[in-house]
Amino acid sequence: MTPSVPDLMFYAFAVLILACGALVAFSRNIVHSGFALLGVFTGVAGLFGLASATFIAAAQLIVYVGGVLVVILFAVMLTKGIGEPRRSNPMVHPVPALALSIGLTALCVLAALSFHGNAPPPEPPDSVAPLGDALLGPYLLPFEFLSLLLLAVLVGAVMTVRKEIKPGKEERA
Amino acid sequence: MEMIEIRGLWLLPVIPLIGGTLNGLFGAKIQRRWGERAVQVLAIAAAALSFAVAVLLFAKLASLAPVQRGLLCHCFDWIRTGGFTVPMAFWLDPLSGLMVLMVTFVGTLIHIYSTTYMRGDSGTWRYFSFLNLFLAAMLTLVLADNFVLLFVGWEGVGLCSYLLIGFWYKDQDNARAGLKAFVTNRVGDLGLLLGVAALFWSLGGGWNAAASAPAHAERMTLVFREVQGQASFLAGARVFGMPAATLVCLLLLWAATAKSAQIPLYVWLPDAMAGPTPVSALIHAATMVTAGVYLIARMHFLFALSPVAMTATALVGACTALFAATIGLFQHDIKKVLAYSTISQLGLMFMAVGVGAFTAGIFHLLTHAFFKACLFLGAGSVIHAMHHALGHSGDPKDLDPKDLDPKDLDPKDLDPQDMRNMGGLGRFLPKTRFTYLTACLAISGFPILAGFFSKDEILWKSFINANTLISGRVLWMIGAVSSFLTAFYMFRSYFKAFSGNFRSGPKAAEKLHESPAAMTGVLWVLAVFSAVAGWIGLPALWRLPNWIDGWLEPVFEGSRPLIRWHEASHSAEWGILLASVAIALAGFGLAALLFRNARSSAPSVFVRALPSIHRLIYGKYFVDELNQATVISGTRRLSELCDATDRRAVDGLVNGIGSAGRRLGRLSGLNDSAIVDGAVNGIAAVAGFAGRLMRLVQTGRVQTYLYVFTGGAAIAVLARALFFH
Amino acid sequence: MTLHIGLSHYLVVAALLFGLGLVCVLTRRNAIGLLMGIELMLNAATVNLVAFGRFLQNGVSGQVFALFVMVLAAAEAAVAMAVVLAVNRSMKTIQVSETVHLKE
Repeated sequence: MTPSVPDLMFYAFAVLILACGALVAFSRNIVHSGFALLGVFTGVAGLFGLASATFIAAAQLIVYVGGVLVVILFAVMLTKGIGEPRRSNPMVHPVPALALSIGLTALCVLAALSFHGNAPPPEPPDSVAPLGDALLGPYLLPFEFLSLLLLAVLVGAVMTVRKEIKPGKEERA
Repeated sequence: MEMIEIRGLWLLPVIPLIGGTLNGLFGAKIQRRWGERAVQVLAIAAAALSFAVAVLLFAKLASLAPVQRGLLCHCFDWIRTGGFTVPMAFWLDPLSGLMVLMVTFVGTLIHIYSTTYMRGDSGTWRYFSFLNLFLAAMLTLVLADNFVLLFVGWEGVGLCSYLLIGFWYKDQDNARAGLKAFVTNRVGDLGLLLGVAALFWSLGGGWNAAASAPAHAERMTLVFREVQGQASFLAGARVFGMPAATLVCLLLLWAATAKSAQIPLYVWLPDAMAGPTPVSALIHAATMVTAGVYLIARMHFLFALSPVAMTATALVGACTALFAATIGLFQHDIKKVLAYSTISQLGLMFMAVGVGAFTAGIFHLLTHAFFKACLFLGAGSVIHAMHHALGHSGDPKDLDPKDLDPKDLDPKDLDPQDMRNMGGLGRFLPKTRFTYLTACLAISGFPILAGFFSKDEILWKSFINANTLISGRVLWMIGAVSSFLTAFYMFRSYFKAFSGNFRSGPKAAEKLHESPAAMTGVLWVLAVFSAVAGWIGLPALWRLPNWIDGWLEPVFEGSRPLIRWHEASHSAEWGILLASVAIALAGFGLAALLFRNARSSAPSVFVRALPSIHRLIYGKYFVDELNQATVISGTRRLSELCDATDRRAVDGLVNGIGSAGRRLGRLSGLNDSAIVDGAVNGIAAVAGFAGRLMRLVQTGRVQTYLYVFTGGAAIAVLARALFFH
Repeated sequence: MTLHIGLSHYLVVAALLFGLGLVCVLTRRNAIGLLMGIELMLNAATVNLVAFGRFLQNGVSGQVFALFVMVLAAAEAAVAMAVVLAVNRSMKTIQVSETVHLKE
């Protein structure tokens, strides 16, 4: 059985994800971690594409890379007290964490491997239109809630970081 | 005897009761507002009214046939338990009729006498209240239909006696005399209670009462008539191993000795002379002291069943008569002489009922009431005069130098009752003298006068009696000797007081005067009765009617079969009678010889010759001292022992419990502070420790929390995978 | 391991990514580093969801769910960064070991 192109692409993306993930996890430099995160997001987006979730892949890139990553990087830049960037994100007590996570991961992998051997179903058609129908059909309510949530998040984030204006004190521009 | 229901008999004791209560509650106010007069009028009205009622009732009684002479007034059932009832009922039969008449008559007279005697005393209202109350109690006693009501009256007269003896209570001695009378009476009351209880027991009450019910239930009664109805049953009854009649009679005799001042419980009567003289006349001569004789006469049927009890009674009476007469020989205080004379005469009455001559005993009781009251009131009149005479001039210089040494000042120099201060009063108090003389003649047993008939009857019956275990002749002998002594010392007192010269000086003599009409009037009345009262019991020997015998015959019918007399000839009877006359004359003669006009020095020679005997007899044989040393100090030591026991044992126990309690408390406190608090604190410490442990979980670090829950999740999943399929 | 990509491959990848994210979360002291770990874990979960959506015939429900998770993750990242900035302003640090004021 020769691997097909999609399979190879899958493996490529998988390697990207895992390598960048390792960087995120083990890098001492927070900026390095941040940029490795970019690789992870991209890899994940590729995986989504391979799984015929094209819209989700696009959304992943837009939201995560264009949104979350930017926010994270802004936060990194804006926070003082990060200290020396090169040693700004060390690992603390790695051993118990590794043990625990290796254990849990092993469990999950074992669980995942139990799905081995199932024949993949046929390629589904384009998913965007059915997704739109679903969002505005059966999943309308959660969709609306999400919009409310986003509003709340917006307001909350602004509230959290705004500076208090004390009465009688002019805010220096 | 049949019975007739009558209403209104209860008025007799209640009228003086109301009078006494009114004077008692409001007397002070009445006396303040309207004076003594009002109080006296109230009291005399009550007494006189009760006398009037008594007369009416007596008349009614007399109008009935002899066999029907019994008036019952049943007011209500006082005590009712099971089959036993004590009624509040009054019973007028010939015996109580006589007593009631005598009590109210003499009582009223003495009330009148007291108006003058007690004039000016601030406590007049108290006096008359007590006097009325006494009348009420005595009437209750005499009219009582059953033992319980009799006991009420018994106690009542005891109480009034105490109140009146200690009337001038501000003087300690008077109060003590009153207390002595009361306590001695109390000792006797124990006898009465025990006697009644024994009677009840033998009638079927007691432990086996339930077992011997209901057939015998109707036997249980304390009403006199009904007990008499059980006489045949009581004849054979035994209680506590003794014949019932003997035991009950001996106990009742004990009670009577206290009330009627016989040996050994007579000691209160001489001291009782501390009270006002009218009180002595009423209570301690005519009425209260006769209650004992009355009780024995009432229980004649029971006494007749027991020769032992009769002998005891007669013996006690005879010995007391002699004993008291000897003491009376040497007394100087005129009231003391009369007191011992009373004791002696009561002894004669006891002797009479002891030998079975119940009628004679009651007869003597009646005559004695009149002449003894007359004697006492006469003495009161004398004292009244002497008080005026001596009270204002106690100057020894005024006293006759012949009789005393003016250098020593004896208390007797100021004592209005001491006969050595008197003399020649006959000139100043003629009416008193005449009545006193009459009474003396009566008590000595001079023929025709009252005492003669009654005393002779007693002596004769004692002589021929076949009921006592002692020969009647012995009793007669004792009685005769005491009669001789009686005549002697009575006339001694008469001559010492009324004849010769006044021994307290001319200054005092000027103040002597006859007593007011209220007093002398009463004396006259009593003297007349002393003279003629004997005529109700004229001896059959003289072929004259003996009214009292017939009157009291239905009462003593029950015991008649049991009372036996020796056969005696008329000549014997005449002999005894003449002996009595001879005794009386001899006594009179000897007294006149020694004491008339105080001419003879024999008495003082006698005293100086036999000083020890004189001291013994003058000291009343030191009986009081003997009592003090034995009974009283013995009782006191017993009470001290009990007190010590109480204080040491009981209090010790109580204190011990207290301190044990305290120690227990301390222990408990320790327990509380150490253990309980320790436990509580321990729990708190554990909680704190646990908290401190738990706090370690709250690191505040997110990673810790993450560790914990991811670890937990891993374990849960692993467990699920491994153990649960 | 077959070279033909099946559901298990996706799931294994997701599991490993999740493990890496867990390590990151448990060992980082820097708040932002910590949050990066969270993002990794969320992404792993989303991969899982999409894979299941693809390989089980559920229509588009897998993708819808993944979309929602994505939105939430973004929102959460935004808020978290805001908090970090605020904490940084007041405590001058973003070391989570310093923010232990709730410790007893």
